[in-house]
Amino acid sequence: MIWLDTLVQGILLGGLYALFATGLSLIFGVMRLVNLAHGDFSILAAFLAVALVQALGVNPLVALLLVVPVMGALGYGLQRVVLNRLLGRGILPAVLVTFGLSIVIQNGLLETFSADSRRLNPGGIETASLALGGGLAVGWFSLLTFVTALVLLAGLQLLIGRTALGRAFRAASDDGATAALMGIDNGRLYALAMALSLAIVAIAGIALGIRTTFTFASGPDRLLFAFEAVIIGGLGSLWGTLVGGVILGVAQTTGARLSPGWGVLTGHLVFLAVLLLRPSGLFAPSRRVD
Amino acid sequence: MTDTSRVRVERTTRASQVGLLAGLGVVVALAAVPRLGDSGVMRAIIEFITLLVLAQMWNLLAGYAGLVSIGQQAFVGLGGYALIVLADDLGLNPFVAVPLAGLVATMFALATATLVFRFSGGYFAVGTWAVAEVYRLLVANTTALGRGTGRTLKAVFPLARETRELGTYALAVGLGAAAIIAVYLALRSRLGLGLMAVRDSEPASRSLGVDVFRTKLVVYLVAAFGTGTTGALIYLNLLRISPDAAFSINWTAYTIFIVVIGGLGTLEGPIVGTAVFFLLREALSDYGSWYMILLGALAIGAMLRFPQGLWGLVAERWDIRVFPVQRRVRTDVSGGRR
Repeated sequence: MIWLDTLVQGILLGGLYALFATGLSLIFGVMRLVNLAHGDFSILAAFLAVALVQALGVNPLVALLLVVPVMGALGYGLQRVVLNRLLGRGILPAVLVTFGLSIVIQNGLLETFSADSRRLNPGGIETASLALGGGLAVGWFSLLTFVTALVLLAGLQLLIGRTALGRAFRAASDDGATAALMGIDNGRLYALAMALSLAIVAIAGIALGIRTTFTFASGPDRLLFAFEAVIIGGLGSLWGTLVGGVILGVAQTTGARLSPGWGVLTGHLVFLAVLLLRPSGLFAPSRRVD
Repeated sequence: MTDTSRVRVERTTRASQVGLLAGLGVVVALAAVPRLGDSGVMRAIIEFITLLVLAQMWNLLAGYAGLVSIGQQAFVGLGGYALIVLADDLGLNPFVAVPLAGLVATMFALATATLVFRFSGGYFAVGTWAVAEVYRLLVANTTALGRGTGRTLKAVFPLARETRELGTYALAVGLGAAAIIAVYLALRSRLGLGLMAVRDSEPASRSLGVDVFRTKLVVYLVAAFGTGTTGALIYLNLLRISPDAAFSINWTAYTIFIVVIGGLGTLEGPIVGTAVFFLLREALSDYGSWYMILLGALAIGAMLRFPQGLWGLVAERWDIRVFPVQRRVRTDVSGGRR
């Protein structure tokens, strides 16, 4: 029973990791950009929620409704003003600039909010649990996070598969230069992709902040987990990202059950094993199209 | 056509001759410092040299081989812990153990390469980081290595403080000089030519017969050796090691900022960058982590506006090369036609 519980917790944790991973997967798919500040943006969103809760006294879930559009706008601006200049210059500038951003955000958060660990408190839902029978219970909030990940992924799949914007994303992903020839404004498109990425990761960050404590330095680990989820699932597959997140989550909870210090390490080891045995991931499509 | 007998290929420049003299002067000055007896100055110089060597190694990887690693902190930590194990547990002389610790780090680098070389580009970068995290967690979960609390280097306790300080200082100066000379000579050699070709275009260099994989692997191992030895030196100086400090991403953050601001792909750049780092840190020492924010902003600005770095700006404007690694074709135009 204890292992079934571990499995279920791992699956639900996977939903949270999928939320982190989706934005990363999206921008890599559309513009081949690895955003090393991805995790730090999620923590930035969590701290913004903390600030809003302190200033306005609202529930964190309400703060989320305000933070998500702000983060989306930030992503749009960042891409248009800074990151668009780096495209076509190889990976080094993008890696270095986003790495620099990561350090700047972390230290900025440290200076603004101090090194104290924080938590977002939505007033009880994070501790409520749902009994599933047979002695098994799951947290309502974990379930909510997982369902949110499912809904967002389904929505993104619809966006990419059925809308003009999605068509533009796919075109830019397949061949950016030709997409520009077809009249697509790549600059604006990439900015929209980044806006979407940061909006989703803001949700992930706030969900994390409700679930556990966080500090200014919590960003890099989120990036690593997101990256691992994407790689395990396979680049180019959105649903693969969910499966990757679930596998990572289960690996971590299983490892933690064996020995408390081994949770995160087990996740890393599973990731490295996938990398050794099946480098393209478990669900990589044969064509880079979703 | 220009008369070919008037074409010369040369390396040495006026600046490099001046630089050679200046370099010798620096070494002489560094040798004189211990006589002044100020251990604070010695410690500062040791810190400068360790950051400089870390930067030179990262510059070698990213600026010459095109390998952008954000996991070099793995080798800082591995070198540091190898020192503790070699000196405390195996009873070796701690000063001798420093380069040996570098060798240990190189062995781990070989294992690491089998994994991370499957990636390229941005994913190579994150892969190296993931591996560094694995090393950190493995060390933090090992009781013999002190787990999360870490360990103290006890092998130096029998030594007098002055002896230890002098020994560490001498080792640091030796390491710094050796690193710069080694990188300089390597870049002037066939390996260096192959490296610069790989940096500029992998497919083209492959077509010319450069063994790209082997070249990159050699550079990765050499950088790991340099980084590991420096890590051992750092903890010989600090005496106390813990996983979170030794495997901290800050080592990579400092070196990346130093190299990018100073000048990626040049030997002089990291020297300039390290100087800027120290200046900024001293100037902003009362303002907490603002110097890191400023440093990060400067690095971002550098990548956007002057990717050749501060030294690159100087070198381009005044055509100065203190460490000439490229060959220049000089023609005398006084004679034949252009």
